[in-house]
Amino acid sequence: MTTIQIFDPALCCSTGVCGVDVDQKLVGFSADVDWAKQNGADIQRFNLAQQPMAFAENSVVKGFLERSGAEALPLILINGEVALAGRYPTRAELSRWATMTLTEDKAQSDCCSSSRCC
Amino acid sequence: MNDCKFLDQPPRFLFFTGKGGVGKTSIACATAIQLADAGHQVLLVSTDPASNVGQVFGIEIGNRITVIPAVPGLAALEIDPQAAAQTYRDRIVGPVRGVLPDAVVKGIEEQLSGACTTEIAAFDEFTALLTDSALTANYQHIIFDTAPTGHTIRLLQLPGAWTGFLDEGKGDASCLGPLAGLEKQRSQYKAAVDALADPQRSRLILVARAQQATLREVARTHEELNAIGLSQQYLIVNGILPEDQVAQDPLAAAIYQREQRALTEMPEVLKALPIDRIELKPFNLVGLDTLRHLFTTAAPAITHDAAITQAIPVRSLSKLVDAIAADGHGLVMLMGKGGVGKTTLAAAVAVDLAQRGFPVHLTTSDPAANLTETLNGMLDNLTVSRIDPHAETEHYRQQVLKTKGAQLDTQGRALLEEDLRSPCTEEIAVFQAFSRIIREAGKKFVVMDTAPTGHTLLLLDATGAYHREVSRQMDSGVHYLTPMMQLQDPKQTKVLLVTLAETTPVLEAANLQADLRRAGIEPWAWVINNSVAATTVHSPLLRQRAANELGEINAVANQYAQRYAVVPLLQEEPVGVACLRALASK
Repeated sequence: MTTIQIFDPALCCSTGVCGVDVDQKLVGFSADVDWAKQNGADIQRFNLAQQPMAFAENSVVKGFLERSGAEALPLILINGEVALAGRYPTRAELSRWATMTLTEDKAQSDCCSSSRCC
Repeated sequence: MNDCKFLDQPPRFLFFTGKGGVGKTSIACATAIQLADAGHQVLLVSTDPASNVGQVFGIEIGNRITVIPAVPGLAALEIDPQAAAQTYRDRIVGPVRGVLPDAVVKGIEEQLSGACTTEIAAFDEFTALLTDSALTANYQHIIFDTAPTGHTIRLLQLPGAWTGFLDEGKGDASCLGPLAGLEKQRSQYKAAVDALADPQRSRLILVARAQQATLREVARTHEELNAIGLSQQYLIVNGILPEDQVAQDPLAAAIYQREQRALTEMPEVLKALPIDRIELKPFNLVGLDTLRHLFTTAAPAITHDAAITQAIPVRSLSKLVDAIAADGHGLVMLMGKGGVGKTTLAAAVAVDLAQRGFPVHLTTSDPAANLTETLNGMLDNLTVSRIDPHAETEHYRQQVLKTKGAQLDTQGRALLEEDLRSPCTEEIAVFQAFSRIIREAGKKFVVMDTAPTGHTLLLLDATGAYHREVSRQMDSGVHYLTPMMQLQDPKQTKVLLVTLAETTPVLEAANLQADLRRAGIEPWAWVINNSVAATTVHSPLLRQRAANELGEINAVANQYAQRYAVVPLLQEEPVGVACLRALASK
């Protein structure tokens, strides 16, 4: 099974609300992750402020932090390999990675994949 | 014994809560002695960062249960919240230090340096004492000179804060912050919170002074903790000036009047509680004998030799304003804990600057607003504006909940709502509201009665949120400074730390100073407000209080402050231009 690991930047309060501008993408993404998990996807999230060991123990993540710094987070690994960095994935990307066939995305995938209308 | 209501049939746990300097630790010590003298086994737990419990009993205590030989049946324990928070930070950050890049490690450390972390870390240390354990089995009474805040308890009560977090070791990023480093199991925290909310086991004693603002604040604490089940509450009003001092001098009479009025006009919710009143004592609350007398009215004789009759030479606020005025414009921020008189002093500085002919904008977050309202329109070059911290915070909260909370499930939303009740949120909402006015400081004087903490500035700077906010508000391509850069430059910004000449308030101000220094901001001056030592008094009680102040004033002058001013305690609340002008020049 595909394992998706998300390495989040350090967030000030838990939800990051104490920043002047709350990151809407982050909140939306949290909802997407919940949705994907409920549909059986294997997704783990790590917060730099809370689980820094998870960052230090993974050589790919550690190397990424050394090269690009914490500003370049989030980093998304699929089965241990870099899949995406610097932004959160969309719900469509999540479901594609988790190779999920989901009713909610049927319409979209029909449009893009089957009928090739995009 | 005595007839103190809060000591009537005490349950196992007693918590004293109130703002710094109201006498929580002394009262907790006196209570512990009283119960031990009555033949009980008592454990006294102090979390006062300036804990003098050891000094009181003439023994070194520290972070372990120590038997007090002088009082049979009594043992004590000192928890240093700052040290607890440091241990907690080390537990999380220690393993990655030297492994992850330094900048990353520093960022993580800052996340865990806020007031919330300190609170949670201190509560973590409490837990074992509140839940049944071999550690405390022998004690009939455990007395705490502090209590967790409503915010902390609510966080610990939220199921959303815990779901899958400690059990699995990997949770949602949008899940709780400072709790992540906690060692114990959720069940233990639940047991601790349950013990707190059980009237059979716990009693909460609110400690206040006979001051309007303090009593209002205590009423808020009462309602907040009552709402989460801590229903068995008592109130102590400490340090009341006795009537027999009134004849001694006009200042004593004025203080007496003011205190009695504050007691009469006390919020109704407090009047409904069992209330004990403790008179101001002429002695320093150190040593067993004096503590045994705290709850009695028959005070021992005053030691006249220590008392001073002559007022100390006052360094006036106006002298500080001379130096501020020399720059022609800039931002002046008065910072300090609640109730030290920031708004009054901000108004005094603003009036003084305005009367020298400078354009001045005074902006305050004073909830009472009567002070600032009297100033509006009184001087041509003085503008006054006010923001309502509660309204601003609520507005910010609603905005975040509406936009960011819309997609969250019930548990996630509850957690977001609680996060938005943290002290940081209010600080940011208020500072955000002020930030528009701050930009005027390039052309005129802007005087504010509040300032962000170093922690908040560092967080905002680290996330770059402020930077983005500023560049969004300004035309692109224009050279600009971030607020943090503006605050770091003493030519542009002067931070005045306001305190009282008492142990705990001075220590709290020193902590604020240390926090600002972390953000590269050096407080420009200290102002010691409401000083009795700076007045001429004849009342023996007030003379003793004046003598006690000298040590604190010396500490500020020699240890903490680059420059300082001492503002005397006045007979009347300074309201209006003339009074404020007089206040600065005294």
